[in-house]
Amino acid sequence: MFYREAGQYKTSYKADMSVFPLLQDRIGIIAILAIAFVAVPLFASEFIILSVMVPFLVFALAAIGLNILTGYTGLISLGTGAFMGVGAYACYKLTTLFPGVNIIVWIIVSGFFSAAIGVVFGLPSLRIKGFYLAVATLAAQFFLQWCFVRIPWLYNYNASGAIEVPERTLFGLAITGARSSPEVRYLVLLSIVVFLTWIASNLVHGRIGRSWMAVRDMDIAAELMGIKLLPTKLLAFAVSSFYCGVAGACMMFLWYGGGEANDAFNVNQSFIVLFMVIIGGLGSLIGSFLGAFFISTLPTILKFGVPAVGIPLTGALAEHLTHIMVGALIIFFLIVEPHGLARLWQIAKQKLRVWPFPY
Amino acid sequence: MAYRIFIGPFVEMVTIPDLFVQTVWEGFVGGVLYALIALGFVLIFKASGVFNFAQGIMVVFAGLTLVGVYEKFAAFGFSGMLAAYAALVVALAVMFALAVAVERVVLRPLVNQPDIILFMATFGLTYLLIGLGETIFGGSPKVMIAAQLGLPSGSIDLAILGGRVSLQMLDIAAAVIAIVMIAVLAFFFQYTRIGRALRAVADSHKAALSVGISLNQIWIIVWFTAGIVALITGIMWGARSDVSFGLQTIALKALPVLILGGFTSVPGAIVGGLIIGIGEKIGEFYWGPLFGNGIESWLAYVIALAFLMFRPQGLFGDKIIERI
Repeated sequence: MFYREAGQYKTSYKADMSVFPLLQDRIGIIAILAIAFVAVPLFASEFIILSVMVPFLVFALAAIGLNILTGYTGLISLGTGAFMGVGAYACYKLTTLFPGVNIIVWIIVSGFFSAAIGVVFGLPSLRIKGFYLAVATLAAQFFLQWCFVRIPWLYNYNASGAIEVPERTLFGLAITGARSSPEVRYLVLLSIVVFLTWIASNLVHGRIGRSWMAVRDMDIAAELMGIKLLPTKLLAFAVSSFYCGVAGACMMFLWYGGGEANDAFNVNQSFIVLFMVIIGGLGSLIGSFLGAFFISTLPTILKFGVPAVGIPLTGALAEHLTHIMVGALIIFFLIVEPHGLARLWQIAKQKLRVWPFPY
Repeated sequence: MAYRIFIGPFVEMVTIPDLFVQTVWEGFVGGVLYALIALGFVLIFKASGVFNFAQGIMVVFAGLTLVGVYEKFAAFGFSGMLAAYAALVVALAVMFALAVAVERVVLRPLVNQPDIILFMATFGLTYLLIGLGETIFGGSPKVMIAAQLGLPSGSIDLAILGGRVSLQMLDIAAAVIAIVMIAVLAFFFQYTRIGRALRAVADSHKAALSVGISLNQIWIIVWFTAGIVALITGIMWGARSDVSFGLQTIALKALPVLILGGFTSVPGAIVGGLIIGIGEKIGEFYWGPLFGNGIESWLAYVIALAFLMFRPQGLFGDKIIERI
């Protein structure tokens, strides 16, 4: 009763192929966008924006990147953290070499550097697959992480040994650096995420996305159907690394603001993004968002939410509990809903569509 | 530069042979310990097709339990060798309980799911064990009770090749224990009833089930065996440094060992472990300074990756045949 497709006729192929075929879905997505763009910066507190929304958006972008590789193309990658790092360091080098160009341009462009590195490390994917490939991507993770520490040129020989984010402006408003306000950073980040999600949605719904999914479902059969495996897999690596790279640049410039850089791109970060993809749902864009929101807010909830309702919890214990809960929840989710939160979302929509009848 | 990469290190190896022998020995000991972790992986992968990411944390958890329980005993005034072995028994019991719990809670509900789901489940297990270990035993590093367990200490110096090579007694003990354990495992797999059942399960779950082998039982046995291997690895590795959560990163070092040796081969794990252990020590010692040191962190992976380009299934791995 909440919404029905009855009466909504599709009279052209274009309408039939659309991503949101139902009017109510389109209204829903517009409402969500309106809340994200207008209501959140107006009404949310600085704390909510900086420690909930910004991490969520950064991780959502990274999760989309990994989902393209793992969910859509079926190649497991444990090198996400390193590819994010490539984006961050590329963006830093670019903006210090050419300070005149707007930082948003460089954040996007740094993704291409990450994509190039991703293609290099994706080359073995034709010969090896499955867990062997996962280990091969770990090689990327450790090698690149070593580069970030050992090559001082990457961080401009800073004494701190890390990226120091300079102040950059847009229309006179500071969007990076110490003087930038959380709202501005949030809006810039949100625009980038929405734009890139739109592109990703078009990619995965089109010819390229179909060839990725064919490779995922059975690569030999896909090859027989005329899909060239190596270019398809390498393209998946490139696009995936592009998204991860942009996420890394956003993370460093719009969230962390420098410092902690060496530790930000370690192997744990790769694992966390992989959790997001798995819990959110493999091969689903909405799942990337749900998974990222779930995993990135869980520690915050445990740290600030639980003491707020009166249960005392020390910082160390909260951290241990986060580990236990994340671990237990991963196992729980895998058993109860292996298709992730995206599947729950689908079920909820279906229920709303047929309500009050069960089917 | 070319000289320093292609000629210099070899000249150094030949002219100062005792240093070379020392480096190889250290690599050998490291390799044995990598091989032990890889062995835990292989056991589980063979019998259940699960890529057990949690093997590394199982090593830490087993070591922590042993030391933690011993500390509890010592607090009651019960210390010394007897207490150490009592703690060892408790740690074994905990590993058994863990094996049963994993089988009941994780594996049984996830039967027939795709590989990646099972792989992710062991990720969950990893985080769970990290959290549990930190909550129960605290996050700070602990000293392994090597002396109380009767492990030898000190070192012996050998005068060979015109120089002196120093061998830690503990490392020798580690190598001996590892060799004994591998021999026992090989015997267990080859000649006992349960061992044959394990191999049957490894070949085909369905066929094993149809001849009356209980999968659940086999899984518990395999995880328990992996737990014992983890405990021994934890003791040996913990005695060399401390028992701390930093140790779990050595599990990531065992992954290149695995792909080098093949996921399903016990000899592969051992040979791969030795190649990686010795290779990375030599690489770090002779070539590391040229690249600003620390290349140990990725050298193993690059060796394994280069190797995979020529033989994708690893040294002893089963040949992958694909059909439509």
